[in-house]
Amino acid sequence: MIIGVCLKQVPASDSRIKIDGSGAGVDASDLKMEINPYDEFALEEALKLKDAKVAKKVIVLTVGGSDSEQRIRDALARGADDAVRLDDAAFAGSDSLGIARILAAAAQKEGVGLILAGKQAIDDDNSQVPAMVAELLGWPQVTVVDKLELDGGSFKAWRQSGGGVRDVVTGSLPAVISADKGMNTPRYAKLRGIMMAKRKKIPVYDAAALGLDPASVGAAGAKVTQVNWSEPPARPPGRILSGEVPSMVKELVTLLRDEAKVL
Amino acid sequence: MEWTDEHRMLRETVTKFVENEINPFVDEWEEAGIFPAHELFKKAGELGLLGLTKPEEYGGSGLDYSYSVAAAEELGRCTVGGIPMAMGVQSDMATPALARFGSDELRAEFLAPTIAGDKVVCLGVSEAVAGSDVARIQTKAVSDGDDYIINGSKLWITNGMQADWMCALVNTSEGHPHMNKSLVVIPMDTPGVVRARKLNKLGMRSSDTAEIYFDEVRIPKRFLIGDEGGGFFMQMLQFQEERLWAGANVLRGLERAIELTIEQTRGRKAFGKSILDNQVVHYRLAELSTEIEALRALVYRATEEYIRGENVTMLASMVKLKSGRLAREVADSCLQYWGGMGFMWETEIARMYRDTRLISIGGGADEVMLSIICKLMGTLPEKKKKRS
Ligand SMILES: Cc1cc2nc3c(=O)[nH]c(=O)nc-3n(C[C@H](O)[C@H](O)[C@H](O)COP(=O)(O)OP(=O)(O)OC[C@H]3O[C@@H](n4cnc5c(N)ncnc54)[C@H](O)[C@@H]3O)c2cc1C
Repeated sequence: MIIGVCLKQVPASDSRIKIDGSGAGVDASDLKMEINPYDEFALEEALKLKDAKVAKKVIVLTVGGSDSEQRIRDALARGADDAVRLDDAAFAGSDSLGIARILAAAAQKEGVGLILAGKQAIDDDNSQVPAMVAELLGWPQVTVVDKLELDGGSFKAWRQSGGGVRDVVTGSLPAVISADKGMNTPRYAKLRGIMMAKRKKIPVYDAAALGLDPASVGAAGAKVTQVNWSEPPARPPGRILSGEVPSMVKELVTLLRDEAKVL
Repeated sequence: MEWTDEHRMLRETVTKFVENEINPFVDEWEEAGIFPAHELFKKAGELGLLGLTKPEEYGGSGLDYSYSVAAAEELGRCTVGGIPMAMGVQSDMATPALARFGSDELRAEFLAPTIAGDKVVCLGVSEAVAGSDVARIQTKAVSDGDDYIINGSKLWITNGMQADWMCALVNTSEGHPHMNKSLVVIPMDTPGVVRARKLNKLGMRSSDTAEIYFDEVRIPKRFLIGDEGGGFFMQMLQFQEERLWAGANVLRGLERAIELTIEQTRGRKAFGKSILDNQVVHYRLAELSTEIEALRALVYRATEEYIRGENVTMLASMVKLKSGRLAREVADSCLQYWGGMGFMWETEIARMYRDTRLISIGGGADEVMLSIICKLMGTLPEKKKKRS
């Protein structure tokens, strides 16, 4: 079986995000990018399945420009066998559905039998793409999975469903699974992998190669448009109380009740 | 210096290795005065970090020295000096001669498992009677048929309590002190090898440093690295990598010292403003940051020339000299601005102050570096013929 791992590059989690000139996007100029952390769990799970000889091949699927190649190489260095980069001027302005269409087409083209993705990307936090990919392909899906077992043509997936309750979902392959934290511990790239990644070619597929109608993706096919971004309101400055401890405690309680309204 | 995407990925792997496998345990290891070398080196070996520049036949990656420099630089993210030093001995200080001059048989038996992290190595040069003056060592290996019989001792041996083998410099004949020495492999479980004691040190406390005795230690002659009598020369070559490595390794730690000091002095108020707001403080930190960048440039230049196959004795000695001096300056200045908190044993700045002090002493003291530089500048007065 071939496992497809959907992998997106996102700004490093400790970045300071600035809004760009258009007011509807992020200024990426000074941002340090990394693999979306949840995608790292998806990749690790795929690599483990390959180590266990359940999967024959792991292929990375990334929608992105040439600037995402470093992240793809990172994934190859960790042990992914192949990668395709999905890029076309017609893909610009895609909403989640557009991205899902591109990924679903790539998965089909590559003969993928299981798709692993992160439960969400930490930039937009939409959590939409994996579910949409499953829907487009007509495959079963389980989201926010922290444990996965495969047995022949079927899978068993564990997920937290809130309130301490754990769901166990079984189904048949092909399927889409989105990964949560705790699923595994992502490995580091070994030097051997780093050097092998260097020699790998990363093919780029455009809309035509994927058999996609350009009008179904990108801004043309988008059902959602981002109109405006704004910064969260600045945090009001803190207040430091002074005086004797008993009077400060009284003042603090009053402030928490009357001003902060948290009591 | 050209940094490729492969260097970047190597740096990221080393950074994660430090953050996950080393830094969380540093306090515990410092307290214990030792760290689990076999366990940690095995993990490093699996990632390929112990044989970056070593031949591929023995599990290395056959890369040029810029990769060792990149890895050493990121290892500097350790919040302690002892662990990078111990790893450096394993990867870049005790193994270059074996990798370059050792027989295939010897490399298969000792280099391959050291690169894999299955065997821990130590470097035995210094003795109680000879540190800077390497030529003066007393340990003797006397020929006995197909064997050598070794008697003597080694002092201040990093990894010495845990090592499986030592790359040891010994006298294999009488005669000129530069021509009578050899490098040999001594398995530490050979009868007669005594790990006399773990030494109690000012700094680098998580690294075990041992005093070792050899009492009629018999090793086969095939454990000789390269040619008999070539030991002094090979060790001097081996020192070049050690010195470049040390220079690269010190940079991030010094940068962190500055960052920590900015944070500390910004938060602490005295006389109506933060400590950092005093010009003497922020100017000094700017000055030191400039010096660190200058040292980095020197390390990179020396590395470039080394990769090109030039003799970098002068540049590597300058790297080592400047690393030791600058580390002392940075640690001392930063500790000063931390005030009483800087004097507390458990603060990172105090640890840095203790750990970095070694750089000006170990692997060739500052004055030894200066004398090498002088010799190459042609300013060293002629030596009197007779040695004492
Ligand atoms: C923590 C630690 C780890 C070590 N690890 C190892 C190891 O793994 N393997 C190993 O072989 N050794 C190791 N050493 C030993 C180290 O390399 C020596 O301590 C160092 O070479 C200095 O030698 P020495 O101590 O004998 O000083 P000496 O040679 O006695 O010199 C003392 C001082 O005299 C001055 N001096 C010396 N020569 C000159 C000169 N020509 N001109 C002017 N001044 C001079 C210098 O200031 C020098 O510091 C380690 C030492 C320490 C402390």
